[in-house]
Formats: sequence, structure tokens, C-alpha cells
Amino acid sequence: MQPNQLSPSRKIGDSHIFDLAMSYRGLRLNRMCHALNDAAGRTAFRADEAAFLARFGLTEAELALVRARDFNALLAAGTNIYYLIKFGVATGNGLYRMGARMRGESYEQFLASRNDSGAV
Amino acid sequence: MARIVGGIASSHVPSIGGAHDRGRHESPAWKPLFDAYVPVREWLAHLKPDIAIVVYNDHAAEFFFDKYPTFAVGAAEHYAIADEGFGVRPLPPVPGHLAFSQHLCESLVYDEFDLTVCQELKVEHGFLVPMHLCFDYRDGWPVASVPLQVNVLQHPLPTARRCYRLGQAIGRAVEAFAPDLRVVVIGTGGMSHQLTGSAFGDMQPDHDRDFLDRLESDPGSLTGWSHQLLMEKFGVEGIELIMWLVMRGAMPAAVRRVHRHYYAPMTTGMGLMTLEPA
Repeated sequence: MQPNQLSPSRKIGDSHIFDLAMSYRGLRLNRMCHALNDAAGRTAFRADEAAFLARFGLTEAELALVRARDFNALLAAGTNIYYLIKFGVATGNGLYRMGARMRGESYEQFLASRNDSGAV
Repeated sequence: MARIVGGIASSHVPSIGGAHDRGRHESPAWKPLFDAYVPVREWLAHLKPDIAIVVYNDHAAEFFFDKYPTFAVGAAEHYAIADEGFGVRPLPPVPGHLAFSQHLCESLVYDEFDLTVCQELKVEHGFLVPMHLCFDYRDGWPVASVPLQVNVLQHPLPTARRCYRLGQAIGRAVEAFAPDLRVVVIGTGGMSHQLTGSAFGDMQPDHDRDFLDRLESDPGSLTGWSHQLLMEKFGVEGIELIMWLVMRGAMPAAVRRVHRHYYAPMTTGMGLMTLEPA
């Protein structure tokens, strides 16, 4: 056995490690994001967001984070980043736009910090 | 007898797929990356592999956390292209090699790697980006594939050592397959990247280059690294590099490096290395 794969804090800097506790907490949110992989799911989301969201048994607190597009809080609530990207894309917030907000920067400030921002 | 004729380590950044689909191979920001794979495709055209075992991770396209396998291996005649949230990419379905996949699954389970066998499996950018970087598919994919999916999303992940040992077991499985087939193993993902928190987008080129050095010449030094250490060095999502150890484990200890490239334009260190048995 190889113990101690993770530190007790389950964090790297201010990023949460997506472990089983996080995954169980985020199961409903991740299921909602996963449904956006399907073209029919994306169409339903755009046509009537509230009706789409009602399928997944989200709590009121989770629904509030979704409506607010609060990506950092959605991550803290157990949404996995690769699932959150589906929700970001569906709401016009691609990975780099979400990332800029995580850094506390504007999208333009974030792009200016890259080695070659043409590679998007 | 089947044998491994080459090993490839390659990043699988999704934006590479977008740039490929939009024909941006010659744009200044993308040309260094795409040009690095031209000699790799020529090398593979000479090596003429029959089978590519592609060690990758799904990114929320096909697998869901209701049930999440640690290691999952495709055993099908073909693999469809997954919709990752923005439509199905214009790539042909990927041919599998059913008999070899079934042999590989049997061999790995009896070698005490308890897999999930996938008889239906859609593949996404983790698998597809290295494939279309390494192979010209305009007349159909020139190689049959075995997708091998690794959990690098939901901790507990397989340890670095376990991934290396899986590679060694793949090597034994290939040698035990009677037909005279030529196999390449592709380890995908990484290099450094961090996609959450205030360090979003941070890359670690010095650590990435050190990893490339060790992967080639001293892979044993990487197998004892904990997930904590790997994520501190390479970022939380840089943990994908454990999949490169599967490839390296499948190769003999003595290898000859054929290609090496590194490029870090945006948010992910994009590494490339190819190896042949020495």
C-alpha cells in the first residue's frame, strides 16, 4: 500500500481536490452538467432553463449558484471542473472566461498574461 | 508474436482539437505544435503499427460518477465519437481490434488488474487529439485502437506506481498474443496545468522538462511520487501525467528517444516524446 497520496487539507493552493466526499456532494450538479453533452439537453436548457434544471433534484442553494453562474462556488459545491466546462460552454462562458474569473481578472487581462494567446 | 514497436507520450489539450477542426495548423500560435507532429507521423508511417493502445482519460463525456471505473478498456469492433458539449467532431469512427482487446482484457485481469470491460464506448478529446496528431485519417484511420481509460478525476486515483505496473502488464499481454502484430502504446494528457482556483492557467515548464528527462532515462524515479507531490509540481489537473507512466511501463527499460518537443502557449504545457525499444 502507498498511503499519504493526499495531504490532510485535500487542497493544492486554494483549489479543492475532487475526492469522494466532493463527488458525492456534487452528484446532482454534475448530472445536470453531464446532460449538456447531449444536443437535446442543450436545446432544452436554452428553451427553458428552469424546466431543464428541475429534472435534476437540485437544492435551492444549488439552483441559486447555477442561476448566478457562480463558478467558484459551484466548484466548492462539488461540481467537477470537467463537468462545469459543459455548463460554462452552454452559458457562453468557455474555460478561459471561467478561468479569468477564478484568477480575479478580466478576460482581456488573462489573455495578456499568456505566452501566446493566439493558441485558443 | 505481437510486439511493441513504439511508445508515444502526448498532451491531449482540447483546444488542439478545435484548432485542428478549424484548419489553424499554420497560424503562428499553433504552427509550433502541429509542426512537431509531422516527423512523428512520418516515423509512424515507417513503423506501420497495426494497433495503438491509447491510455487516456474521459473528460465528462462518456463516464459519469454514478459508477466510475479506475481502469476501463475498450473491447469492441469500433468506437463512436462522443459529443463533448459542442456537437460531434467531424472525425471518422475509430476501428477497434476485438480479438486483441479481448486478449488484453483477459491477460490484464489474470495479471491482477481488475478492469472494467467496455463493449460500447464513445471516445473524446483525451483519446482523439493524440490520435489525429499522430495519424492521418483522411482515408480512414490507418491503425486499430484499444482505448484504455484511467480515472484521473475522482480521487482516490491509481498511484503512479500502479500505472507503471499496468504498463508492464500490458507489455506482457502484448508478448503473449500469438498473431504477429505491431503495437504502439500512447500515453496521453498533461503536462502541467491547473484549471481551478486563483492559480488557473499556471504552467511549470521547468518541472515539465524534468519529467520528460526522467520519463526517458529514469522512469523508476517517478513511480514513487505521490499524487500530492505530482499536483504540487504540475497543478491539480497535471496529475494526468500518471498516464504517461503506463506507456513507459509498457516499454523496455532501455529505450531510444526518437522525438521530443515542448510548447506552452496558453494554460497547459504541451509535451511530446516518442520512444523505440533500444
